[in-house]
Amino acid sequence: MSLRVSIRHCFGGFQLDLGFEAPPGLTVLFGRSGSGKTTIVNAVAGLLRPDAGRIALGDQVLFDSARRIWQPPHRRRLGYIFQDARLFPHLTVRQNLLYGRWFAPRDSPPDEIDRVIDMLGIAPLLSRRPGALSGGERQRVAIGRALLARPRLILADEPLAALDEARKSEILPYFERLRDETEVPILYVSHAPAEVARLATSVVALQDGRVTRHGSATDVLGDPEVTPLGAGAAGAVIEASILRHHEDGLTELEAAGGLRLLIPSVPRAPGTPLRVHIEAQDVMLATTRPERISALNILPCRIRALRMGNGPGALVQLDACGNLLLARVTQRSVSALGLCDGQEVFAVLKAVSVAKGAIAGGPRPG
Amino acid sequence: MSLLGPDEWQAVALSLRVALWATLAGLPPGILVAYALARWEFPGKQVLNGLVHLPLILPPVVTGYLLLLTFGTRGPIGAALKEIGIVFAFHWTGAALAAGIMAFPLLVRAIRLSIEAVDPKLEQAGATLGASRLWVFATVTLPLTLPGILAGAILAFAKAMGEFGATITFVSNIPGQTQTLPSAIYAFLQVPGGEASALRLVAVSVAIAMAALILSEVLSRRIAKRVAGA
Repeated sequence: MSLRVSIRHCFGGFQLDLGFEAPPGLTVLFGRSGSGKTTIVNAVAGLLRPDAGRIALGDQVLFDSARRIWQPPHRRRLGYIFQDARLFPHLTVRQNLLYGRWFAPRDSPPDEIDRVIDMLGIAPLLSRRPGALSGGERQRVAIGRALLARPRLILADEPLAALDEARKSEILPYFERLRDETEVPILYVSHAPAEVARLATSVVALQDGRVTRHGSATDVLGDPEVTPLGAGAAGAVIEASILRHHEDGLTELEAAGGLRLLIPSVPRAPGTPLRVHIEAQDVMLATTRPERISALNILPCRIRALRMGNGPGALVQLDACGNLLLARVTQRSVSALGLCDGQEVFAVLKAVSVAKGAIAGGPRPG
Repeated sequence: MSLLGPDEWQAVALSLRVALWATLAGLPPGILVAYALARWEFPGKQVLNGLVHLPLILPPVVTGYLLLLTFGTRGPIGAALKEIGIVFAFHWTGAALAAGIMAFPLLVRAIRLSIEAVDPKLEQAGATLGASRLWVFATVTLPLTLPGILAGAILAFAKAMGEFGATITFVSNIPGQTQTLPSAIYAFLQVPGGEASALRLVAVSVAIAMAALILSEVLSRRIAKRVAGA
């Protein structure tokens, strides 16, 4: 089941005019604040009625301005995970979890509640009230509440934005499991490239109320023309799997085309698929193979595209054995090295520059 | 009751009955009007708001007289209601109606404030989880408004206990029928040697008012604690 959105909406001088299709899996709406992400999610949820357009989930039409169809939010069977959790303060955690179930069809497997509680690790919280929970605990309960409503679609509006780094890394794995263990499409709003890199099955890049690019995470993040947050935050994603662990605390990965990467130890079994988010500013370029250099990853590449920025910087898209990489260098370096499209270069990447948070279990194939 | 004479006891019992009915009957429309004023935009909203607050601003005697004109046996509504056996004029139900109308603005104000304090985002969350508007109201808005409803009800009850001007104008001062606590105090003060009775009733008034206040304080604290968590 996939979600098809095509809407036009105008408010306060801001014009939203876009369309996209979210296939099963996790689709990230990616863009800076003010690009219209939350407006889209609220339109899908039924909390906001767009001026015109059509929203359909599978064969269920949620909104169609031409046919005057408008399903109110409570008939849409959604699980909306808000940035601020929005747990009901007067109900216990258990009552919050069961709230949506009341209104859902009664055909759920009997062990579903225990399974969700188990998956989120919230069993010890059940009798407490939201006022006594930490931010991370609240967000986990909110995820459980959305899941137990037996939704046909999960919406998540920057669910990690209000949390600190430690809490973020506590919650992120749950979204990975959600993506891999449920059949329900997930629409996920984010402006954090690392989150996009870890979670996205597909990415819809937004800018000023329009879709600038739509595709897989590797395609969208590896495209130098798509930098909704500016070139400074650009970074590509490489899909790889663990080849072997070295005794000195490094893990060797193998990506498409036999590309090898050394990164700090990842405690998972060889063969495990992984996604690595490599920020453009961590990649250096050389026209000859550098020798006697401390950086461990020296990748032969071909330049696919060059994009000069408005400031002193330039983004270089590289093809490393079929994997897309981005490098952020100065325009001075571009002219000093005489970089141009199609040129063979070497990308230099320090093993330690791949941060722990940027490594994630890859999505289930297919 | 040895503390109070039969006349005095009658006035106290009648007042409690009148105030209780005025409050209970006022609650459903009070909650509805408060919700409409807090959450809906509709033409005539300011008119409704003005009408609700009118009894607070008008001299009570005027309110009482207007009630007599409309709900009296010869008034347009009063005559129609008489056909189906409901009589307000010079009857304890009339005292309850007058007290209810006079207390209504206080009830609505308190409830409206607490509905406005409920985060609409929580109501949205309820809707996305499958609850219709009515269910959202019953399971989210109403429970979170409970402290305000309670405060409003206590305030309205106290106001209804003390209502004098509109009541005496509308339903007069008939012992056992429409003579509430304040009317009784007033009546005792008009006859020689009635001060002792009046004073006893004053003491009862103070006691009831204090008890109501303490009760509301305890209850709303308990509710606030529940909502805050722990």
